[in-house]
Amino acid sequence: MTYIAKPRLHHPSLTRNKVGYTRRDYEGKVSTLCAGCGHDSISAAIIQACWELDIEPHRVAKLSGIGCSSKTPDYFLGASHGFNTVHGRMPSVLTGANLANRDLLYLGVSGDGDSASIGLGQFAHAMRRNVNMVYIVENNGVYGLTKGQFSATADKGSQSKKGVVNADSPVDLVGLAMQLGASFVARSFSGDKAQMVPLIKAAIGHGGAAFIDIISPCVTFNNHAGSTRSYDWVREHNEAVSRIDFISSRDEITATIAPGEVVDVEQHDGTVLRLRKLHADYDPSDRVAAMSHMHARAAEGELLTGLLYIEGEAGDLHAAQHTSARPLNSLGKADLCPGAAALDKLNASLR
Amino acid sequence: MKQITAINDFVIKFANVNGSGSASANELFAKAILRMGVPVSPRNIFPSNIQGLPTWYEVRISEKGYLGRRGGIDMMVAMNPQTWAADVEEIEPGGYLFYDSTRPRPASELRDDLIVIGMPLTEICNAVYSDPRQRQLFKNIMYVGALSVLLDMDPAVIEALLGEQYKGKEKLIASNVQALNLGRDFAKEHLKHPLPIRVERAHRVGERIFVDGNTAAGLGAVYGGATVCAWYPITPSTSVAEAYQKYSNKFRVDADGRHNYAFVQAEDELASIGMVVGAGWNGARAFTATSGPGVSLMTEFIGLAYFAEIPVTIVNVQRGGPSTGMPTRTQQADVLSCAYASHGDTKHVLLFPEDPKECFEHTATAFDLADRLQTPVFVMTDLDIGMNQRLCDPFAWDDARDYDRGKVMTAEDLEHKDFGRYKDVDGDGIPWRTLPGTHPTRGSYFTRGTTRDAYARYSERGPDYIYNVQRLLAKFATAAKLVPQPVPRPAAKRTRLGVIFYGSTSPAMHEALDVMAGQGIHVDALRLCAFPFPASVKEFIDAHETVFVVEQNRDAQLRSLLVNELEINPAKLCKVLHYDGTPITARFITQAITDHVHEAMVAPVETKA
Ligand SMILES: Cc1ncc(C[n+]2csc(CCOP(=O)(O)OP(=O)(O)O)c2C)c(N)n1
Ligand code: SF4
Repeated sequence: MTYIAKPRLHHPSLTRNKVGYTRRDYEGKVSTLCAGCGHDSISAAIIQACWELDIEPHRVAKLSGIGCSSKTPDYFLGASHGFNTVHGRMPSVLTGANLANRDLLYLGVSGDGDSASIGLGQFAHAMRRNVNMVYIVENNGVYGLTKGQFSATADKGSQSKKGVVNADSPVDLVGLAMQLGASFVARSFSGDKAQMVPLIKAAIGHGGAAFIDIISPCVTFNNHAGSTRSYDWVREHNEAVSRIDFISSRDEITATIAPGEVVDVEQHDGTVLRLRKLHADYDPSDRVAAMSHMHARAAEGELLTGLLYIEGEAGDLHAAQHTSARPLNSLGKADLCPGAAALDKLNASLR
Repeated sequence: MKQITAINDFVIKFANVNGSGSASANELFAKAILRMGVPVSPRNIFPSNIQGLPTWYEVRISEKGYLGRRGGIDMMVAMNPQTWAADVEEIEPGGYLFYDSTRPRPASELRDDLIVIGMPLTEICNAVYSDPRQRQLFKNIMYVGALSVLLDMDPAVIEALLGEQYKGKEKLIASNVQALNLGRDFAKEHLKHPLPIRVERAHRVGERIFVDGNTAAGLGAVYGGATVCAWYPITPSTSVAEAYQKYSNKFRVDADGRHNYAFVQAEDELASIGMVVGAGWNGARAFTATSGPGVSLMTEFIGLAYFAEIPVTIVNVQRGGPSTGMPTRTQQADVLSCAYASHGDTKHVLLFPEDPKECFEHTATAFDLADRLQTPVFVMTDLDIGMNQRLCDPFAWDDARDYDRGKVMTAEDLEHKDFGRYKDVDGDGIPWRTLPGTHPTRGSYFTRGTTRDAYARYSERGPDYIYNVQRLLAKFATAAKLVPQPVPRPAAKRTRLGVIFYGSTSPAMHEALDVMAGQGIHVDALRLCAFPFPASVKEFIDAHETVFVVEQNRDAQLRSLLVNELEINPAKLCKVLHYDGTPITARFITQAITDHVHEAMVAPVETKA
């Protein structure tokens, strides 16, 4: 494979956002994924969300593991630093990066092989630690890059392209995230851009670990009859619990329309999530109810999508660590080194 | 029977049961001698177990200042019935056996070439104390009291130490002093004292401090500017992270309670090194502390950090391997696995501190080297230095010293300089880097473990790959000039014999060199402080006919590294290997080298100047 740069031709009439960038400024290199891969739609949704939120591309750090999905950070936000780490261990690297500089926006991209198999432990612990980031799993039920083996999220009884039937129970990352105490849990479908973009925007505004499991069919290895992650199957079995609008703190927050149907959730940075509930009984702030609703739908063979759970005021890892408001990577000798006089005192105490 | 007679030069060993509270009493004993101005060097020999198994505390007392293990025991304080036979066996002929004679041992269990000193410790304790825990704890203080009489130690010194230890808890001071005096009174009344081995005030300690290497390394990380510590508990390295946290809490917390550091107990070593890699990538000084099994788990990430060129500091407190091996015993057995950690062609910088002072210095320096070289740097200590208190020169810090953050381009640099992440601009193999978030349009790049060209663009082209890996070699050559340089110790007379050693072997080595010189065997010595090896190492080897390489592992790992890296004829490097898990002794080294000299009849040349 060679490196393909995208031509940087800017049409003068492209609209600019509040920080002066056009949508093209949020793009990356030309994707090398298969034509029609769901992962590319997710990249497009990330590009749109960041552009709409007026995020300066270089203030984003995008990290991933290894897999087709993990390649995608190269295909969006070309002006930001990216890091393709090792298979399954993106969460720890992102955690370290976040500790080093709390001022950037951290975007973690992973696959279901990456996060649910080799990286299941790191996924779990990143959720527990509530690292301030957007964690997207591009979930296709297979290993794409290594050519079509079942991943740990593949449904029991589903079939591979070669006709092999999966005998193992699936790992449900959404259920796990909720159970582990994640403060923002959502699921979406790469074919539903209208749902993905506001979800990603909401995740960016969230002040802790925001996990989005995005069902993203693999057109090459998992888009056939017998698969429960094909486009057709997901379209038929998708049930959204909510529609959300993301209202930035600069926008005027209009009055709630009808109680019981719309819920406003204020985020740590003053932004507001407006949830239009499709089910009157769905409460995204009730962890236990959300989990049981999800399990009930799963038992019916339905994939529940939308914002499944959110905790408004979740303190992140930095809050737990009481770290300085200044990024740790900006501290110098004066802040860090206790100096010779303190050392002399210490020496005296060791005699 | 000839009794051992010695002033300020003997070895005493305490045999105890783990969990019996003997550790603090034994440390009190060692420190009291130190306060009398006589150098001591204690070693904890403990099992991988919390309670019940045998544990020993061996104290080398040496006015000459030898801090290594000598070999042999002059006096045994045998408090563990389970290990009785072996403990008694270990005493040198003419030595001393002190034991709890509440139930006297029959003559068959004693040796007639020993001076046996019985004291009914349990009986006295049971008579004085009713609380079972007190009976246990004060028994230890009581034998310290008795020993202080037998060895002629100053009771005021011990009382002062108790006062410091229990500062603010007057009741505890009083009860400990009472137990101490119970022991002293019994000894004065019933035991012949002082013994022919005893302690006399001297002035041989000076300004030196008494501290363990792990505490020193943790402090070194604070002074070196580490802001992120991610670790996973493992013996014997845990106290490095704990010391870092303790000193950070002391020195790095603002008035409003904000921390200028982060401290994460990760879920495993994969995560701890991952966090360090992430923090290093993002411009923070980050480290982890671990031991052999942890390094094994970290290797994939270490390879990534090497190839993607990310600063990472790893303190490896080595223990007995392979596998879980001997978790609480010492070895220098990770030299090769760290030097070449990870798949593919990799080479890493290793630092070999010899004592706590160097644990402090090398750890602080490791952060400068990691930033300067943008690569993993290992501080290779071991259980012997890490977990034992050692007398060493006081820690020193030059306030004028600034952190070397290496080649990091600022937003301003990016305005007018060409940036190629993996370009060798300066001819030293070290490229420039940028940190995430620096500039709106310039300097961003994609970091990955796959190959790339000089501009960090993905590339599998052969020439791009070769450029990269050759540059990494050039960088490694630069590292050889930056790392702490070897320390020579020339023999008093010209000789064709040389010896190379490193790390915790140092004190035993220096004693062995003196002893051998006294026997007419002169050996030039070179202490290695780091890998890659500076040119002087090859020069040293070339200048001698035979070079002994002394190390604490089975497979002569440093020797292999020397052979491999410097292309030395293996026949020239003679192995001296100690690997039973206990720290190497001066006697062992002396014996091994003299045996070889006699066998090979390599008579040292004596040329008159
Ligand atoms: C330690 C290690 N083991 C195995 C691999 C091989 N590998 C690369 S990607 C991958 C699976 C990727 O699957 P997934 O995360 O689901 O991503 P997708 O390609 O389906 O998007 C595997 C097993 C590796 N890179 N590293
Ligand atoms: S193999 Fe599947 S996951 Fe990978 S790029 Fe192709 S369609 Fe996407």
